[in-house]
Amino acid sequence: MTPTIIGRWQTRIALLATVGLAWTLLLTPLLPRRGAALADTYQLTLLALAITALVGAVVWDPIYHALQQFRWEKDWPSLFALLTGANEGVTTWFVLRQFGAVPPWSFVALFATTWLLVWFVVIGPIRIVLLRRRFTGGRVLDA
Amino acid sequence: MPSSDEGMRNGHDLMEMRRPAGDLTPELLNTSVWTDEMVALAGIPIVDAPFVTVGGGMGSFVMVDLLRIAGVPASSIRSLSNIDHPWQTYEYLTRCSQIPRHERIRSDSSGCPDNIWAFPSYAVREAWADKTVAPLASVALEPVVTDYWTPRAGQVFTSLGRESARIGYPDMLARGQVRMVRRRRDGGYFTILTPPAGTSATKRIAYRGWYVHLAVGYPGLQFLPDLQKYRAEHGDTTRIVNAYEPHEHVYEALKRQPCTVLVRGGGIVASRVLQRLMDDREHHGARTHIHHLFRTYVSGKHGDSVFSRRKGGGGFAYSGFNWPKAAWGGQLKERFERLEGEERAALYKQLGGAHTPQRKSWQRQKERASTGGWYQTYQGVITGMVPSTRGGIVSDVRPDNGSPYSLEADFIIDCTGLEGDIREHRVLSDLLDHSGAGRNPLGRLDVERSFEVRGTANGAGRMYASGAATLGGYYAGVDTFLGLQYSALAITDDLSTRGFCKHVGPFRSTAQWLRWARNRPVD
Repeated sequence: MTPTIIGRWQTRIALLATVGLAWTLLLTPLLPRRGAALADTYQLTLLALAITALVGAVVWDPIYHALQQFRWEKDWPSLFALLTGANEGVTTWFVLRQFGAVPPWSFVALFATTWLLVWFVVIGPIRIVLLRRRFTGGRVLDA
Repeated sequence: MPSSDEGMRNGHDLMEMRRPAGDLTPELLNTSVWTDEMVALAGIPIVDAPFVTVGGGMGSFVMVDLLRIAGVPASSIRSLSNIDHPWQTYEYLTRCSQIPRHERIRSDSSGCPDNIWAFPSYAVREAWADKTVAPLASVALEPVVTDYWTPRAGQVFTSLGRESARIGYPDMLARGQVRMVRRRRDGGYFTILTPPAGTSATKRIAYRGWYVHLAVGYPGLQFLPDLQKYRAEHGDTTRIVNAYEPHEHVYEALKRQPCTVLVRGGGIVASRVLQRLMDDREHHGARTHIHHLFRTYVSGKHGDSVFSRRKGGGGFAYSGFNWPKAAWGGQLKERFERLEGEERAALYKQLGGAHTPQRKSWQRQKERASTGGWYQTYQGVITGMVPSTRGGIVSDVRPDNGSPYSLEADFIIDCTGLEGDIREHRVLSDLLDHSGAGRNPLGRLDVERSFEVRGTANGAGRMYASGAATLGGYYAGVDTFLGLQYSALAITDDLSTRGFCKHVGPFRSTAQWLRWARNRPVD
């Protein structure tokens, strides 16, 4: 992957708003809720999605982009994109806890599967729909 | 006595009689803009083809493939070519430069000339075909843990054959040698084809169309001037060879008796030739001693700043592909697009030079060769060459530092890949003289960001170019699979704004991919 900073932002928001949202809507009813109402659980899972988008765009993407400048290829290997799920999971967890009690294993199940799914779509199938994205540094609006 | 007018007419008539039917006339040769009448008067049959691609190699194929996906019928496209199938020249060059079908080429898994979506990529397809997850693990871990995964040459050619049949490429192929492209007074262009002897009633055929695409490949490979001089002076064409030419006789000779070989160059071809020499020594009984001469010797990481450090060592500069990956579709691509003139040329210089991938298996082989004392590297420029007393060649070398020295070898393999000027290509040369085309900051054909050849627009007609001839433009990776796909996409997008084809947006792209996946014809 060879993202630009604009491309990182567009890909993150577009993918979380489509693939991430669909998966969250599907998975939430299946998560252990410890007696919480489904509506409250949806509120938390959708909030987790929004936090991942926001904190990622504001905090993490600029850091990744800065690190990328030290690479000759000016690329971001797909392995990095996969592993950064760990640090982003941690920040999302800490921010989300400010809004209410979050069952840890439910969070891990939701975050890890969503991250994996989005990563998989980005490294391959997205090209079927967005033919030009691999040439636009990850920008989706003109892909 | 006939009057002078009659004499001239008779002379002209004689010339007409001598000239084969339907050939170029002096009037056509000397006129930059032709009319339909001029062509008809010369007896050259006119064939209407709205889109003509010249070359018929990889560049033409990728272009045609995308146009078909964008809804252009096969009847509107002609590929003018002197080869039977698009990968013929590429296969010839890779085979000569020691990449037979079972070996891996230097191309990303997602550089798929048979599949504009690059999904599934070559790695996924190899994993599926061979029922193994190894290629998938490799691309997932590259380049951090593993080397870049690259496809086997044979996989690429097989996939191209499938796609060629799917889009009906053979039906669009017109065999022959393209002589020139000239502007037409009423818009568009005439592309003059010389069909193979005996296949046409006339010597030439004129293809009249609105859009012309030039994908003529490398303008021509050159020998280094000193090697050329030696060959000419001593009539020796067997001991000094170019790596891009057939030179199997060298490897065969090396297996028969102990010899010394001088390899020149530090790029991918040099590393492939070295690997072949080392393989033959390690597995086929050769006792070859290798001298390796670098013009620029790279001893370690190099670059202007911490933000542009390239790996290197043992003479070689190391880079996974022709350019840093972001040149194809990231921040470096955007930078190239913003730069003009000297600034763009400077970026090319900064990122370019000879380099090769740092493949682990080959590094180990090279280390064994160095330790064994049969592989030695040198730096310098050759100042002269003379035949040696024992039948080989002695090269006088001037290094950047230190005293001049001599290297004796039985064979010299030139892997420098020196490319000729675009003037050496007849069609491009004619274009520079007659059709308003110019040169870019690297001296190649000047194209716009849409790959339109700058200065050649003619009414509603547009001329495009892609491939090596356009190196130096706003896009660096032009002579790569991925670059050919990008240029084809840019041209198709431009043509869709002109109404020649459909825009390939998300819906059409998905629908066409589904057809590709099921190997159904384009729609």
